[in-house]
Amino acid sequence: MAEQKTVRFIISRQDSPDSAPYQEEFELPYRPNMNVISALMEIRRNPVTAQGKKTTPISWDMNCLEEVCGACSMIINGKPRQSCSAIIDQLEQPVRLEPMRTFPVIRDLQVDRSRMFDSLKKVKAWIPIDGTYDLGPGPRMPETKRQWAYELSKCMTCGVCLEACPNVNSKSDFIGPQPLSQVRLFNAHPTGAMNKAERLETIMGDGGLANCGNSQNCVQSCPKGIPLTTSIAALNRDTAIQSFKNFFGSDQI
Amino acid sequence: MAGNREFLNRRLHSLLGVIPVSLFLVQHLVVNSFATRGEESFNAASHFMESLPFRYFLEIFIIFLPLLFHAIYGLYIAFTAKNNVSRYGFFRNWMFMLQRVSGVITLIFVAWHVWETRLAAAFGAEVNFQMMANILDNPFMLVFYIVGVISAVFHLANGLWSFAVSWGITISPRSQQISTYVTMVIFVALSIIGLRAIFAFV
Repeated sequence: MAEQKTVRFIISRQDSPDSAPYQEEFELPYRPNMNVISALMEIRRNPVTAQGKKTTPISWDMNCLEEVCGACSMIINGKPRQSCSAIIDQLEQPVRLEPMRTFPVIRDLQVDRSRMFDSLKKVKAWIPIDGTYDLGPGPRMPETKRQWAYELSKCMTCGVCLEACPNVNSKSDFIGPQPLSQVRLFNAHPTGAMNKAERLETIMGDGGLANCGNSQNCVQSCPKGIPLTTSIAALNRDTAIQSFKNFFGSDQI
Repeated sequence: MAGNREFLNRRLHSLLGVIPVSLFLVQHLVVNSFATRGEESFNAASHFMESLPFRYFLEIFIIFLPLLFHAIYGLYIAFTAKNNVSRYGFFRNWMFMLQRVSGVITLIFVAWHVWETRLAAAFGAEVNFQMMANILDNPFMLVFYIVGVISAVFHLANGLWSFAVSWGITISPRSQQISTYVTMVIFVALSIIGLRAIFAFV
């Protein structure tokens, strides 16, 4: 029988949020159509390193397994991306896995992405329609605009743009491209536009929009191809106008 | 208003970089170019500039204070970035890093240049063709001036690109692409103007 093909992994591990990271190497039998997640599952079944040492199963996040939830993002061979859509046949070996260290590491490849969900709450990335009585139908949205807005709504809060951004780091409190583009999405909605100024004021605060340094890594790295830098530039215009309104005008909206 | 401090500072930083700092730099390079027409021509031009009415007012409010704010806030911006061109080698990421590097080099160069010329003048030296010829006689200083001028001019040209984005003038990728070309032409043109003037003293 021919020698069996194998896949080699070098995985960055970390036992707790505060402990030092270390690396472990794994070698698995190759199977057709393997992806990074199926390989991690294989390691979980039999957690033994390439050197034959028994170890703990690797911890990572996953959910949808079809690149729409964003949970399984990690650094794969130096690039932040989703491990569910990282096909072994398309990766150089050994496959190097690291957590996205822009976020607090919980354990191994698992990170805490809650800062992004907090940002969404901060910028009110929703459309307020609740009232004490039926407000009736809202204004209509043109179909062409809906199709355009759909592209922005593809954001799955995966965190790749924040990982790629040089201005999102421990020295800065920049909220990053992800919630900014959502401000543009909800400000574009005819009902959402009723709270446009409120969202703009929020991103004009500290750690907001102005921290963008235009490295444009976000738009190059976004797995969903969201025009993040176009959103940021559009918001730059909107906030410039908003700041003139605030200073020279008298309307609060 | 306190929450708006950062937004205001960033926008002010971006605006001051163009008006008046960029305009001053272009004007300075143009006046330097008188050196290519000979010693007398340069001395006449520099004498004209230093005998402008309201000289101290112009120096303080058009040059010194805007430049100081732009420099200090710029250092803060430069050192809060965590450059990552080795992992993300995209063109704009390189420009992002170069903008910060050129800014720091320009600041060092300008500080030295002001010390050597304007402050020397305040202590009684005469700023003329001979002074620059003496400075640039030293090959080390010549290289320092060339690097300084190119950094300053690059920082200006690429800064115009980010100014247009930061104020929401160029939004679409296409307009940003074209403004990259335009600002790089400005970079080359101003580099030629600056270097011609330097070599006129050598």
